[in-house]
Amino acid sequence: MSPTQLRIQGVSRTFAGARGKPPTQALLPVDFEVRENDFVTILGPSGCGKSTLLRIVAGLDFPTTGQVLLDGAPVTGPGADRGFVFQSYTLFPWLTVEQNIRFGPRERGLPETEQKERSDFFIAKVGLRGFEHHYPKQLSGGMQQRTAIARALANDPKILLLDEPFGALDNQTRVLMQELLLGIWEQARKTVLFVTHDIDEAIFMANRVAVFSARPGRIKSEIAVPFEHPRHYTLKTTPEFMAIKARLTEEIRAEAMAADAH
Amino acid sequence: MRPLEPVSPSARAVLGIGFFVLFVAVWAFFTLGGFVSPTFLASPVTMLEEGIRLFTEFGFAKDVGMTVWRVVGGFVLAAVIGVPMGIAMGAWKPVEAFLEPFVSFCRYLPASAFIPLLILWAGIGEMQKILVIFIGSFFQIVLMVAVTVGGARKDLVEAAYTLGATGRGIVRRVLIPGAAPQIAETLRLVLGWAWTYIIVAELIGASSGIGHMIVDSQALLNTGQIIFGIIIIGLIGLVSDFAFKALNRRLFAWATL
Repeated sequence: MSPTQLRIQGVSRTFAGARGKPPTQALLPVDFEVRENDFVTILGPSGCGKSTLLRIVAGLDFPTTGQVLLDGAPVTGPGADRGFVFQSYTLFPWLTVEQNIRFGPRERGLPETEQKERSDFFIAKVGLRGFEHHYPKQLSGGMQQRTAIARALANDPKILLLDEPFGALDNQTRVLMQELLLGIWEQARKTVLFVTHDIDEAIFMANRVAVFSARPGRIKSEIAVPFEHPRHYTLKTTPEFMAIKARLTEEIRAEAMAADAH
Repeated sequence: MRPLEPVSPSARAVLGIGFFVLFVAVWAFFTLGGFVSPTFLASPVTMLEEGIRLFTEFGFAKDVGMTVWRVVGGFVLAAVIGVPMGIAMGAWKPVEAFLEPFVSFCRYLPASAFIPLLILWAGIGEMQKILVIFIGSFFQIVLMVAVTVGGARKDLVEAAYTLGATGRGIVRRVLIPGAAPQIAETLRLVLGWAWTYIIVAELIGASSGIGHMIVDSQALLNTGQIIFGIIIIGLIGLVSDFAFKALNRRLFAWATL
């Protein structure tokens, strides 16, 4: 077993109430660990606080209690050691695909040749050869998110955090993107923490699925996904996959109904 | 005609020029038809003749040059100081809290009201004219740039942080390039306003410039020259506006994709 890379210890988050309203508890204290080179998905109904947890890991938000440790060091703010891919399109619209991917390496002062090397490598990896000099607005949603993944990976982060990165894409593109990301992981084995509300997506890519409860969020259960890598898309129609899917469907349904009742 | 339905480029040109033609036609009808006394309003023909005389006999080109120089001088000075200040206010909230109330207050002070004071301080030389433009443009630029920079997309700032950008990197490589097209647009707008101040500045205590010519012509009841002067200002404004727009489109091609 590889060592634990990310340790989430008693992390909770309460948002202050606006104008005298009572404060909202988004997250109950969460304890969670991710091992090095693992691919873990967090599955939960929308508004359950799973994105809040991911943002806390990224250092974009701060826990009310508890702490996040990356390789034993507490997270105090955002940093290049945790790559982040957002659900919304966050490429810099004034930079080309290549310049976007080089943003991180350039910001950290890597030499020009190495910036170029890295961007070329990841452009090829996400299949964007020939689009290096396109601006984000000239790309489809799927291509923009592929660029965003390449941009995050070009920094060589310790862990890649993805917050429903394919949520805005149509179903076909979404499936292809899952295969692309999984393919990259199978080659590089970079630690991945992936947030989604899509059950198929959660099972197909992950070695472990953590199910989130409705707000206030907490981790309700964890399920190991035992399928071998590399995985093929036909996996999704096997009885074993279906069995896990059936189980997760029940769990998520209960939470979605609880969330709806609020 | 349906709401928001686009119009073809040729139709747009025909319609745009059409109104100018209509305007001149109505003007010609009332003046040449004898409905208005020439003392109060010259006809288009007289106006053109006076215009030619201005250039050939009275050295009007020098006046135009002086006016352009004053506007550009005051405007560039205001932009060079105002844009960085606006960026600082937009990026760093304590700076904004410190300066914003004062700048907002100054913005409502009419530049023309400062002319008597400026004459007292700077005499009736070039410095006074340039300062009028500066006061009229500077506070507008600062505030509008601050609002633009402060309204940067938060998700892009967060993305830059997760890519390892520092506070300085955020300002240099996210806030400024993201706001640049809007800042250029602000400058284009303010340059248009600067033209309105310069004429007022030249109406009082000037010995050259388009405004000065207009005051002189008023004393001589030469409405043809006054109207010609006004039209020249309009033309210069139109040309500089087109040039500015074209430059912005070239510099910030990504913003119009």
